[in-house]
Amino acid sequence: MTFFTFIFFLLAIIIVVSTGLAITRRNLVHAIIYLVFSFLGSAMLFYLLGAPLLAAFEVIIYAGAIMVLFLFIVMSVKVDSSEEKMFPFSQLAPTALFGFIYIIIGVVVVVKAPGSYAILETAVATPKDLGHYTLASHWLSVEIVSLLLLIALIGVLCLGQNKKGKTEDKT
Amino acid sequence: MIVPFSHVLFLGGILFLMGIFCSVTRRNLFMIVLGVEIMLNAAAIVFVGAALRWYDLEGQAFVLFVLAVAATEVSVGLAMIVYAYRRTGSVDPSTFDLLK
Repeated sequence: MTFFTFIFFLLAIIIVVSTGLAITRRNLVHAIIYLVFSFLGSAMLFYLLGAPLLAAFEVIIYAGAIMVLFLFIVMSVKVDSSEEKMFPFSQLAPTALFGFIYIIIGVVVVVKAPGSYAILETAVATPKDLGHYTLASHWLSVEIVSLLLLIALIGVLCLGQNKKGKTEDKT
Repeated sequence: MIVPFSHVLFLGGILFLMGIFCSVTRRNLFMIVLGVEIMLNAAAIVFVGAALRWYDLEGQAFVLFVLAVAATEVSVGLAMIVYAYRRTGSVDPSTFDLLK
């Protein structure tokens, strides 16, 4: 067991435990804070797997922007999640059964697939390499994604405008 | 040496199942969007692991687009939650029954 293996398992345990805590919290703010820990662990995992630029983006976009947006909206909306209840067992049992079958099949597929035991060696893709590669061979995808963000911006503006406030302004 | 590729696949699979669980069982619109975020993050982890497995930058470039799509999804999703909250005063998905 090398040093990097140890780091990988440590990060994996942190990510899984903090995500598991996040999805079971009743208090939404606690859930989001746990999820920030999970995403920071994912960022360190990206760095370990040789993607320093993506690690930085994970911290900036996921753990930074998205989670802060979540916190902002959750705190501005009054949520009473105290009476939230889980599904009754009669509904949960078939779901759990099929989920369990899928887990078994997934584990078997991963274990039996050729090449899934290939050892990952440490390597680093520098930010310069990744930027060159992305803009050289995926420039059209970059443009499409920018268009997607613009459409999302327009859609959010349309959804978020307060109709009542607009009429008050007119009068 | 880090780990076999299958370990990364297992980690991504566990996280993805957690995301599905969160989206399906929680009766709260915020937790549904949060579950989708967890699923996208799990997919990103597997993509980065696969990029290292085959020494190919394709996987890492794809994660950039996954990040952009996640940002889009969360902004539109939260705007729709706020819109629904204004109309019904609740974030419980079972209160949105106008089409019934």
